[in-house]
Amino acid sequence: MAILLNRSTRVIVQGFTGKIGSFHAEDMKRYGTKLVGGVTPGKGGQTHLGLPVFNTVKGAVRETRAEASIVFVPPPFAADSIMEAADAGIKLCVCITDGIPSQDMMQVKRYMRRYRFEDRMRLVGPNCAGVITPGQALMGIMPGSIYLPGRVGIVGRSGTLGYEAASQMKALGIGVSTSVGIGGDPINGSSFKDILQLFERDDDTDAVVMIGEIGGPQEAEAAIWARDNMRKPLIAYIAGLSAPKGRRMGHAGAIISAFGESAQEKVEILKEAGVVIVPTPASFGEVVADTLARTKKAA
Amino acid sequence: MDIHEYQAKELLARHGVHVPRGGLAYSPEQATYRAREIGGSKWVLKAQVHSGARGKAGGIKLCSNDEEISNAAEAMLGRKLVTHQTGPRGKLISRLYLEEAVDIAQELYLGFVLDRKEERVMIVASAAGGMEIEDISEKKPDSIIRATVDPGVGMQGFQAREIAFGLGLESNLIGKATETILGCYQVFRDYDASMLEINPLVVTRDGSLVALDAKMSFDENALFRRPEISELRDKSQEDPRETFASDRGLSYVGLDGNIGCIINGAGLAMATMDMIKIAGGEPANFLDIGGGASPERVAKSFRAVLGDKNVETILVNIFAGINRCDWVAEGVIKAIREVGVDVPLVVRLSGTKVEEGRKILADSGEAVIVADTLAEAAEKAVAAWREATKNKKAA
Repeated sequence: MAILLNRSTRVIVQGFTGKIGSFHAEDMKRYGTKLVGGVTPGKGGQTHLGLPVFNTVKGAVRETRAEASIVFVPPPFAADSIMEAADAGIKLCVCITDGIPSQDMMQVKRYMRRYRFEDRMRLVGPNCAGVITPGQALMGIMPGSIYLPGRVGIVGRSGTLGYEAASQMKALGIGVSTSVGIGGDPINGSSFKDILQLFERDDDTDAVVMIGEIGGPQEAEAAIWARDNMRKPLIAYIAGLSAPKGRRMGHAGAIISAFGESAQEKVEILKEAGVVIVPTPASFGEVVADTLARTKKAA
Repeated sequence: MDIHEYQAKELLARHGVHVPRGGLAYSPEQATYRAREIGGSKWVLKAQVHSGARGKAGGIKLCSNDEEISNAAEAMLGRKLVTHQTGPRGKLISRLYLEEAVDIAQELYLGFVLDRKEERVMIVASAAGGMEIEDISEKKPDSIIRATVDPGVGMQGFQAREIAFGLGLESNLIGKATETILGCYQVFRDYDASMLEINPLVVTRDGSLVALDAKMSFDENALFRRPEISELRDKSQEDPRETFASDRGLSYVGLDGNIGCIINGAGLAMATMDMIKIAGGEPANFLDIGGGASPERVAKSFRAVLGDKNVETILVNIFAGINRCDWVAEGVIKAIREVGVDVPLVVRLSGTKVEEGRKILADSGEAVIVADTLAEAAEKAVAAWREATKNKKAA
């Protein structure tokens, strides 16, 4: 069933009646996502886009049996919304909001640990493009048309660079099981390693493309984990070869501040761990096709 | 966002951190006046620029009379200080800070950062102060003490004490050190800092603990709730190209190459810059136009990119998800007609409404070089740039 999301996942939208929330809710519905309602405090009882609006996430969960939520709440209130979802028993929360203060995210991560591991909500994002299981459901802002349903997983920090990879793959007839945007912030809900673990266990995924960038320890952590635990081929690209040290490249997290955080250093670490490297952002398609062909031959 | 040393010291002093007596000066005359206000017989005049390593670059001078202060101030004001952190363009000195000189017995290092692995605030301390932290971790890694703060309860007294004892301080200084460390953490937390560095934190000969320098940066995502920090912004310390862009809501980083970039999404922007480099060119900037790129926003991006006189070719690369290629194309045409684009222009559009976008470009009759893929876009941009510079040289 791919990972995280499928056609029967019951989804609510937090920040449902706002301009951005409404726009993407309609888009997700059109794609086939099982949208069951939304939350906007103070507008409970109303109907929006033909779906019920609730004052609280708890209320929405009680009435709709929602298991997943997508957050389009503005930055000052987004952390609060994520914690509300965690407390209401939501299993998967995707936060699209860009611009949440780092200290708020520290609080969120700390707060989520109050639940037992089995009951703990999985957070994807913030500042991400979301999750799509092509042909089934979309919880995000990506254009659905560029993804062919298939058997290669994608996990990346950047939205548009993920689109680039998916469309290069589509041009060669290669489809995607699930694509996950983990976001460009320094502190995020799910790491590369977290998502790789899911893909490794997923029967519908044969190989994984990881799209990293400068800054932070997550690509290196994922490389070590993959070396020791992953049997499916892992293919990786790291953006920011031309980025100077100490300058923040758009994403709050994309800044080289320590050893091992530059694109070159990350590529070295990945290579050493046996990960297949995509040498340029124009060669996602070819490298994935080659890797799949080689794996098939070996099997 | 960075602030000046004197601003950081003011914040710290309000939270129990001891700093030398000092005052701000905008002129040599004011600097000498400050010396009399502070009293004593030795002072340090410090250029207020957003950079470390000011001493080696001539931005810090020890003075012992009015004449020396006045001469040093005269030499610094209005000049650009170039350090290895400022880049070759340097940073303008328009403010000076005069402090009483301190008799140093020992130099320590104290830093607070956001640790991305632990996802917590981390304190880094070392008894080997005065050097940069990179050098300390290379040359004296054993001297480094680390602690992380649980965001649920904040920094605890025992953590500060452990650091104080770990630094090898004498027992009469432990109380002061604990107070200093906790005070710094309070400032870091209360004002949403992203970095706080006191280097050096000094033990003086008369047995007190003083923050001799202070550097602070703040989380830009949190400035909405920290108006007192927003007010400390000093645009004279920023790259004017970046100030222009950020005041218009664009994410822009100025670089040293000649190919200007207008792209949506930070990751795709970095990847496109990499592709330009692979194709043999050098990017002039990083620019993420973001989601919701209206024709006006595209035109503003052209203004930002063309504000850099080194730009000899422009590459627009848009993979539209929430964006629309037709709007971007309209924006490109608007920019050509209103802003005036006198350098070669390569445009690659993909995603939502791509056919409409390409048609607008084709029908406009403007000289736009169109590319279908990322590789093609980078190659065409570099080829156009080579051609343009060749013609320029010939002319």
